[in-house]
Amino acid sequence: MRIHHNRTLIAALLAGTCLASGPVLAQDGPIKIGVLEDQSGDFAAATNVKVNAIRLATQEINDAGGIAGRPIELVIYDTQSDNRRYQEFMRRVLQQDQVDVVFAGFSSASREAYRPIVNQFNGLAFYNNQYEGGVCDANMIVTGAVPEQQFSTLIPWMMETYGPNVYTLAADYNFGQISAEWVRQIVAEQGGTMVGEEFIPLGVSQFSQTIQNIQQSDADFVVTLLVGAAQASYYEQANSASVGLPMASSVNVGQGYEHKRFTPPSLANMYVTTNYIEEIDTPESNDFVERFRAMFPNEPYINQEAANSYIGINLYKQLVERAGSTDHDAIRAVIAEGDVCFDGPSGNVCLDPKSQHMSHTIYLARVESDHSITFPEVWENITPYWLGDAGCDLTQNDPSAQYTPSNPPPAQ
Amino acid sequence: MEFLLAIFSISYQFGDAFAFLVISCAGLAVIFGMMGIINLAHGEFIMCGAYVTAASARAGLPLPMAIACGALAAAIIGMALERTVIRHLYHRPLDSIIATWGISLIATQGVLILLGPTMQGIGTPLGSTLIGDRSYSIYRLVLFATSIGLLLGLYLLFYRTRFGVISRATIQRPDTARALGVDTRRVYALTFGLGAGLAGLAGGLYAPTMTMVPTMGSTFIVESFVTVVVGGADIFLGAAPAAAILAVIKAALTAWYGQLFGQIGLLVAVIIVIRVMPGGLSAFIKRWQK
Repeated sequence: MRIHHNRTLIAALLAGTCLASGPVLAQDGPIKIGVLEDQSGDFAAATNVKVNAIRLATQEINDAGGIAGRPIELVIYDTQSDNRRYQEFMRRVLQQDQVDVVFAGFSSASREAYRPIVNQFNGLAFYNNQYEGGVCDANMIVTGAVPEQQFSTLIPWMMETYGPNVYTLAADYNFGQISAEWVRQIVAEQGGTMVGEEFIPLGVSQFSQTIQNIQQSDADFVVTLLVGAAQASYYEQANSASVGLPMASSVNVGQGYEHKRFTPPSLANMYVTTNYIEEIDTPESNDFVERFRAMFPNEPYINQEAANSYIGINLYKQLVERAGSTDHDAIRAVIAEGDVCFDGPSGNVCLDPKSQHMSHTIYLARVESDHSITFPEVWENITPYWLGDAGCDLTQNDPSAQYTPSNPPPAQ
Repeated sequence: MEFLLAIFSISYQFGDAFAFLVISCAGLAVIFGMMGIINLAHGEFIMCGAYVTAASARAGLPLPMAIACGALAAAIIGMALERTVIRHLYHRPLDSIIATWGISLIATQGVLILLGPTMQGIGTPLGSTLIGDRSYSIYRLVLFATSIGLLLGLYLLFYRTRFGVISRATIQRPDTARALGVDTRRVYALTFGLGAGLAGLAGGLYAPTMTMVPTMGSTFIVESFVTVVVGGADIFLGAAPAAAILAVIKAALTAWYGQLFGQIGLLVAVIIVIRVMPGGLSAFIKRWQK
């Protein structure tokens, strides 16, 4: 009985100490931001730059006095392009490191791996990647572009320019499958034909047969939704077999800077819709590139995810300062006001309160035969409308689910 | 004419799959098939060959020379590793798995830290040729020819040269070979170096067609282990026919159902083979010959 008594006493004492000191510490100490990105493994080429973008934004904000006077402290883990690492480190940053917000994830598989953990501990995570769309989750803020921003601009433009017959080549996991569904739907809406569709397992690097299937079809252009370094071998192999068809993509160039890494002209005639790449020639973009290279002179390429991550940190600063705390409900109340915007490297962007996704200026980038980039078209202020239109409204309820055109939110 | 073109296109796909299987498994067939060392660093020897090939080609060497450099570099690293690590693990297969796996992790991460996440590729040479109304990559045809040449070369090396006889004798009966005056340690080192060099050659040959990243070796691993396991201990009675059979399975399934089923087909084939003939094709063929 005595032991039991002592334990209760100790527990009560501990709880008292925590209650007393917790809020005081949180207000005075630094704001901790967890960063889980793939700094090694299959995706490293595209994601190292995101970590550096976060470092750049952090240093700029800390030099200017921090977030509401509190400095930012980064807690960075290398998730090694491995979904299990995401789960392990997500638990660690939320439970052990007690971070205020997490910036995490490249592949959609990794996002879906860690999202239940963020929900379980009621954390807040920024996902700064373009992806297949549809995540309606109050614990997530998504700064990357989504299909209604990338495909509803790209596919009609391609069909008008090159013809109605479309062949899709997509990575065989949630991103590729759902993106391909979007392409299918837009092609049907525009009166075109899907002449072929093939899903490629991650890690496949030999495309001889696939190339022949494409040559046998009457495709006017190929939509390439290939992911990872292994699958990127497709372009070199298609070029050496003289496939010669224009390509359309939401992932290439803007992420893995394939046009810089591959020998011209293997990527010639590829069209990509992206919300940022370093070639964009605006004063804001040039200024961003200059500041980035001043801090990281050896950065191979500043891609759209780098810009999104940089914007993400700045949006978080604004949210915390307007909310007056790092409390998630207070932050979401600010988002619900619907005027959280940031003038960054890619122009003006705003958070949509219903889906907590971000509006974008979408640039159509064309890869020339010498692998330089031109921009035949720019669409300004494209909003992430689909989730809100389909019935996701995070200001009202939080289903914490991912929806697709064939699996929309249930009618209220 | 239409028929002939269809035949050519099917043969091209078969040849392409065959070349990939043979070239990627040759090194493993020597190290794993003959010497019995489960070499999980096989992919990293391939990566090493590819990186050295790309670097020397970009430094101005003609591609065949660059590929030779890649193979040589992998062979030298292979021999150095044999002397320092592998040599002590010849009769400890489980330990050799751990050791070579460790080497593979160190190599991948070391290259990532030293050379960064990617390296610029060198582009596929030779362009394409139009046969009927379809264009084919000429380099892929060269790869097929190379795989045949490689098998022929290995056959001559192991069955028609003094090194081949001594090497086979050493691996089959090390005690007897030593009693007859063979420096078995040297032969093991050379044979392991040959295997590593063949892996480097695979990397060099495929370097122009692939993305250069530190993890590129892993895309060869499944195919090479499947081929060697299906083939068994002998390269010529095992790996070569195994590659041919697997190439048919892979090319046909990929043509009809896509890449996913091509992969599934390979793995189902290996499961069936190790269930029905545990010694692989070569043990099966040898028993049937007797």
